[in-house]
Amino acid sequence: MAADNRQVDQPPSFWALLRTTAGRGPAPYVLILAYAAIVSALLLFNPTTGLGTDMVVVLFLLLMFVIYRAPTMLAFKLTLGTILLAVVMPVFGVLNPFYIDVVTKAGMFAALALGLNVVVGFAGLLDLGYVAFFAVGAYLWGIFSTPQISNIVPGMEPLHGSWFWLFLAIGLAVGAFFGVLLGLPVLRLRGDYLAIVTLGLGEVIRVLATNLDRPINITNGAQGIKDIGRPPLFVEPVFQALGINISRVQEYQLYFYFLVLLVLALTVFVVHRLNNSRIGRAWTAIREDETAAIAMGIPLVRMKLLAFAVGASFAGTMGVIFSALQTFINPPTFDLLRSIGILSMVILGGMGSIPGTMLGAVIVTLLDLQLLPRIASELAALQRRGVPIPSWFDPAQYQRLLFGLLLIIMMIFRPEGLLPEDRRRQELHHDEPEPAPEPKTAAQVSESAQSAEG
Amino acid sequence: MAVEATTGAELVLTRRSFRSFMSDVFGPLLQVFLFVIGSAVVLGGIVILLAVALRGARTDIDLLQGTITILPQVIIDGMVRGFLYATIALGYTMVYGVLEFINFAHGEIFMVGAFTGAFFSAALAASGMLTTLNPVLFVIAAVLLGMAVSGLLAMSVERVAYRPLRGAPRLVPLISAIGVSLVLQDVMRMIAVNTGLGFNAQFRTPDLGQPLVLAQMPISDERTIPVSIDSRSLIFIVVAILMLIGLNYLVNITKLGKAIRAVAQDRPTASLMGIDVNRVIALTFLIGGALGGAAGILFGMRVGTINPYVGFLPGLKAFTAAVLGGIGNITGAMVGGIVLGFLEAFVASYLSLFTRGQFSGASYADIVAFSILILILVFRPSGLLGEVVTQKV
Repeated sequence: MAADNRQVDQPPSFWALLRTTAGRGPAPYVLILAYAAIVSALLLFNPTTGLGTDMVVVLFLLLMFVIYRAPTMLAFKLTLGTILLAVVMPVFGVLNPFYIDVVTKAGMFAALALGLNVVVGFAGLLDLGYVAFFAVGAYLWGIFSTPQISNIVPGMEPLHGSWFWLFLAIGLAVGAFFGVLLGLPVLRLRGDYLAIVTLGLGEVIRVLATNLDRPINITNGAQGIKDIGRPPLFVEPVFQALGINISRVQEYQLYFYFLVLLVLALTVFVVHRLNNSRIGRAWTAIREDETAAIAMGIPLVRMKLLAFAVGASFAGTMGVIFSALQTFINPPTFDLLRSIGILSMVILGGMGSIPGTMLGAVIVTLLDLQLLPRIASELAALQRRGVPIPSWFDPAQYQRLLFGLLLIIMMIFRPEGLLPEDRRRQELHHDEPEPAPEPKTAAQVSESAQSAEG
Repeated sequence: MAVEATTGAELVLTRRSFRSFMSDVFGPLLQVFLFVIGSAVVLGGIVILLAVALRGARTDIDLLQGTITILPQVIIDGMVRGFLYATIALGYTMVYGVLEFINFAHGEIFMVGAFTGAFFSAALAASGMLTTLNPVLFVIAAVLLGMAVSGLLAMSVERVAYRPLRGAPRLVPLISAIGVSLVLQDVMRMIAVNTGLGFNAQFRTPDLGQPLVLAQMPISDERTIPVSIDSRSLIFIVVAILMLIGLNYLVNITKLGKAIRAVAQDRPTASLMGIDVNRVIALTFLIGGALGGAAGILFGMRVGTINPYVGFLPGLKAFTAAVLGGIGNITGAMVGGIVLGFLEAFVASYLSLFTRGQFSGASYADIVAFSILILILVFRPSGLLGEVVTQKV
């Protein structure tokens, strides 16, 4: 990068020049490999917990983004990405369990945010009660894998951990079922009403979870469900055969890390294929103009229900994983703030954009789980050394402030998100001169026509 | 706001007659009272019928007598809840009328009002004036202060977070409003925790007098229990009614009210008629915020302890009330608030009684409120008093 600094005296051409020099031929391969090598070495040789390692982890995740955007061959991107995520990160995770936990959570929220992105981004339905479906999945596995089940079905024993795999699929189905169930009455509503009603439904699920300990104890009320079952570790003999000795806790951490990675990859694949299908085009048409979409013959309610069900089914599966990962769930885990947290990931990254949503999820999770507590502890350290920082100021306590400011600032200055989808950028900046030669209305018409024909 | 628009449409520029003045200011209030009486009679009748029907199922206590004994208390509770939702719902409905935008942060404006009162009372207590102050003076001062703070806050929120987004797709300002709501909650928490007021802030008041005994209810041969109304609830109802009268005067009689109605009906045309639309919208936020702030003060005074998240649920329910009455319609918001308040009070009190405490009425009352919202939106989206509007393409 130092070589490029000389070009700063010609500001307009700086980025263009950087692109031409670093983006052609072997240059990007060399630069990315060097970047990957340095960051991996830093991670593997200094696995302490601290602000420095935080920065390196951020750089590591940024590397994923760089690989995604780099002008290189697809095979190179996939190989490097797989090596980094499947080898470097787990090894680092064994050395330092704190970070793999954060990365697993980030992956989980990325998958959740992708599900919400189907509803909010693709179909344009603002769903403020998304966490309800997450709660349904979590309680499903929570109830069936603990003695809680014998309260509902007398004589039934808690299910063994190996049922977990089946419950991933059941969570998907139950999530979709609840999506349709809750979606049916509300999908006739216009955008802003829908938002408030889904918010109300989310609250209803939380109130039910709190109060369904009477007359039959289903959810164990406000105390929540503890000791939720975990899938058996089938990898344990493999590790022992390889001579790797790590504790059970670490084995489970790696296990869930790979599980989340796998589910995330599947989610990205499914969402991507959906978006580029006939269904995805129908969703876009509904989002852009409902009336025109109906006129083009799109079955409005069916398509909206489908979007709701797809989003909800992802949340259901992630709920099952979440409850097994945490082994403890209670109603406050599924409050409105979490719905809004997931929404702010989608909005920060860019509604409708798959890489954007994942970027948003990673940024928000890192801010929430890593950066705010870290800033708080650094401030406390400074305070002990006599720097006048008021003792009440604890950044880790102000998530709402963070999410709120994020939402307002994004809406005012960049409503299309950090990595916007092209069509939405055009929609939100239609009054400015457009780089694309095709005007917005024509694009819309051809889009609707396509989905009607196809 | 279609109902108001027709009453104000006459081109008579001379002094309005006393009769039209009275009907403009007190007409909506009369409607509200009809709904108060109607809700009380209908819901009271339903629970008594239910009690008679279920009488045989419970042998331990006399269900009918229990039902009738608590009925007057429940009706008073319903009125207080109803006026609470009505005053908050006015803020939603007025803003929706002029901007077609759900001001999600209105519940937090209400919460800030409540905290203003708590700060005021704490300051008075610190200077030792709280116990000696005339209670009437205290209530008036607190309400006016809360109105001023909340109104100005609502106006500045509009300026900062909503006005730059006017003309953007509908969801954009709504998301911004959600952000404002979260920011206000945390900023208020920061202020409250660091000024010694604490997360659970005490709202202290001078001695507001004993409960007012309205009647004696016979429960058995000799014994009677008093039917009383708590002085704070009485203050709530009286102040809320005064505010509703004031609002009707403002909207139906004054020139500003006419401007607000004109902007609600058709913004571009109102602007062509020489109305400063931005100013009218800002003033609408001021009025709605002031009403919310006053409701917050009265609410805080009644419950005694408040926290920064106290505005969320009343805000959501008040929105439900606004939708129930027909959003955009001022009388509708009041009526919707009353109906919702009564329904909630009845569910909260009687669900536990009828199910032997199997279901806690207080928590299921929330579910009832949201179910009503969904049912209304599905079957009669225009609300109780609203007109059917076709969506423009």
